[in-house]
Amino acid sequence: MTIAVAPSQNSEPVFHLIDEHEHPEGTSTMLGFWLYLMSDCLIFAILFATYGVLGGNYAAGPAPKDLFDLKLVALNTTMLLLSSITYGFAMLTMEKSQVRATQAWLAITGLFGLAFICIELTEFAHMVHEGATPQRSAFLSSFFTLVGTHGLHVSCGLIWLVTLMTQVARFGLIEANRRRLMCLSMFWHFLDVVWIGVFTFVYLLGMLR
Amino acid sequence: MTTDSYALHSDDHAHDTASHGSLKSYLIGFGLSVVLTAIPFWLVMTGVLDDKQVTALIVLVFAAVQIVVHMVYFLHMNTRSENGWTMMALIFTVIMVVIALTGSLWVMHHLNTNMMPMHDMSQMP
Repeated sequence: MTIAVAPSQNSEPVFHLIDEHEHPEGTSTMLGFWLYLMSDCLIFAILFATYGVLGGNYAAGPAPKDLFDLKLVALNTTMLLLSSITYGFAMLTMEKSQVRATQAWLAITGLFGLAFICIELTEFAHMVHEGATPQRSAFLSSFFTLVGTHGLHVSCGLIWLVTLMTQVARFGLIEANRRRLMCLSMFWHFLDVVWIGVFTFVYLLGMLR
Repeated sequence: MTTDSYALHSDDHAHDTASHGSLKSYLIGFGLSVVLTAIPFWLVMTGVLDDKQVTALIVLVFAAVQIVVHMVYFLHMNTRSENGWTMMALIFTVIMVVIALTGSLWVMHHLNTNMMPMHDMSQMP
């Protein structure tokens, strides 16, 4: 019975093999990276929710008003905004295949990012020096987790940036490097979007509490 | 025939991913975000408005608008890229984020208000 059926099955044309073509390398990278960013967004959402729940529990310790310096935060925000626009310029020069200009803009972006991290670390050091450590209260635990995670992302972005600059210096603006630079572009602008949430929810609303 | 459709396909993909901005769109985005950042900071730092609730509401609205500006001008979000899949993923994520945030805050706020009155921590030695 089965032997009789088998030949008729084999004789049928197999369509899916013809349709299944090789995708050019990297065509799905952008969508995949976007999905990664969205899942990263969920991590930040949970950290924001944690901060929202615990942010008012000072345990008789320092409150946002005693700790935050809005001028410093404004400076920090400026650094990140400037790094976003300079990365945009890097992408524009990349499209024109100007290697030197792209490298220059990437370097400027890196410097702004570094300035952001340095200012943030100074702020953290100042807070810890005043005894506002993550162990002090639930507010400070959630604060350091949320803002620290964002800072860690920016630091990873900086390492990635230096890696890509080395890649571009060695191999030029080849297709793979362009794709990688576009991924980092999305990552970098995404971190700026998260920072909007941080300075609004944590710093500005914290001062209003 | 098959090579033709293959070439067409890869051409399609190239168009999908090549949704960059122009110098103009980057500058518009930057200008808008500078304004949208400066106003909330100015509101809170100077305390122009007496009502803190109103100030908080305005600050939140500015943040929401700025996030959209960044999405459009810096991340080049649109409904066409990757056949709309990036937009689908974004919408799904936004729904998840809204559920997680409002759910947590709502539930925990009610939990706080329904708690038995505890001793005041600030009175402790």
